[in-house]
Amino acid sequence: MSGEVVFAGFGGQGILLAGRVLAQAAVTEEKNVTFFPSYGGEIRGGTANCTVIVSDKRIDSPVTSRPEAAVVFNNPSLDKYEAAIAPEGLLLVNSSMVNRNTERTDLRVIYLPANDMAHELGDERVVNMIMLGGYAQTCGAVSLDSLKQALLKFFGEKRASIIEMNERALDAGASASS
Amino acid sequence: MESELVSGNEALGYGAITAGCKYYFGYPITPQNEVPEFMSREMPKAGGIFVQAESEVAAINMIYGAACAGKRALITSSSTGISLMQEGISALAAAQLPCVVVNVMREGPGGGGIGPSQLDYLQATKGGGHGGYIKMVLAPSTVQEIFDLMQTSFYLADKYRLVILMLTDAILGQMLEPIEMKRIPEGDLPPKDWATTGHKNQREPRMIPILLKGYTPINYFQAYQDEAAELNSLLQKEELRFEETTTEDAEYLLVAYGSTARIARSAIEQARGEGIKVGMMRPITLFPFPYQRTKELVSAAGKTLVVEASGGQMIEDVRLAAEGQGDISFYGKVGTVFTPIDIYDEIVKLAS
Repeated sequence: MSGEVVFAGFGGQGILLAGRVLAQAAVTEEKNVTFFPSYGGEIRGGTANCTVIVSDKRIDSPVTSRPEAAVVFNNPSLDKYEAAIAPEGLLLVNSSMVNRNTERTDLRVIYLPANDMAHELGDERVVNMIMLGGYAQTCGAVSLDSLKQALLKFFGEKRASIIEMNERALDAGASASS
Repeated sequence: MESELVSGNEALGYGAITAGCKYYFGYPITPQNEVPEFMSREMPKAGGIFVQAESEVAAINMIYGAACAGKRALITSSSTGISLMQEGISALAAAQLPCVVVNVMREGPGGGGIGPSQLDYLQATKGGGHGGYIKMVLAPSTVQEIFDLMQTSFYLADKYRLVILMLTDAILGQMLEPIEMKRIPEGDLPPKDWATTGHKNQREPRMIPILLKGYTPINYFQAYQDEAAELNSLLQKEELRFEETTTEDAEYLLVAYGSTARIARSAIEQARGEGIKVGMMRPITLFPFPYQRTKELVSAAGKTLVVEASGGQMIEDVRLAAEGQGDISFYGKVGTVFTPIDIYDEIVKLAS
């Protein structure tokens, strides 16, 4: 399976981490992958996005103007990427933060109230993993197991409870999307 | 071997440590701050030294010292910072001191901005500092190639007693890709029988002259130019590196390097899918520039398009290569990142 996806939202929502975990999971599955972040004068509350491309073939361009999928965490991101998604592509929306539905009718759309779900899980920070779980479940670019393995790369030195919470968030996002 | 997911900036560090570099000097500047961050963590583990200097000028003179001692040393910066180092780079070249310098290019003249660009091509390849010295300039286009070419850079620096400048940009520096960290075997190298390592009363003292050894000041500068010209011919013969993409039957030729080249390759694949016979020449050594092969390809193609994230710099070398042959035009963009469709549209225009 392959996939091109843009994650977009506010700085501080874990957008870049979601992309990095996805990229690491692709490496675990011995796939080719590129991760390209927006970067620079970024601040908490500013905009953040990254593009992750997973493929069995060699990847040339790490950027795309027509992503197959977008995972949007807030209103400005929906406004920015809605029109860019490839025809019949995939759109995941954090409906806790986004207050409108997409105008596109050709897309496969999943609304996840990720902030509310994270609150229920007991950790506001795992919004990104809920959305990532939903994306992986829907597009199949990588398996949930690979994502969980990838978490160890990023949280390996932290408390087991943090890893467990992120795993639960991946699962919650996945089951709410299937 | 398992692949590691690393950024282009980290790959610079991994490549240097793999090549036996033990000295890193730098001063922070976006978009290459991951290099000093990485080196501050990893250099001590590798038994090496990390110094954050008080300025770019100090840093380039610190590398001068390490190079005098014959040690493999790396310095990285970005456009504005590289400008500040030019006097030091010229001095390194004058004294024939081997070292590796990396410019992770940002945008604009002066203080500029932190976005990606390829605006330092002319500075990199045509001197940069004063006095008519030459250095090699290498331009990778993937994270793996950054890792590999970093190792090659240290080898070439020692082989020719040259400053090697690697030119990457903010895209390549910030992006992550999985790489295999293989050590590239090196060929034989001349002994560093000039290095000032301390004579300990066991041998004659050595001196690194600020003017090339053996010449009197009267004939020095002519001798330096003669040596540079000889070296230039040697590099043209021995060290040219480039990559061709579907050039065999190309009616349209793109010439691009670095991150722009990899984005262009996606555009080429799309255009090929629609029957447009387009290919690409990607110079990897920007100095020495692959003039001869570029001339052949430009002459064989009906039309050539040079694509750069600049207002048009490498196009001067392409025109020089073509010697009046071919039909050469330019497409460039600064301030926003190329996407494949931008370049695809230009290919379609070229072909219509």
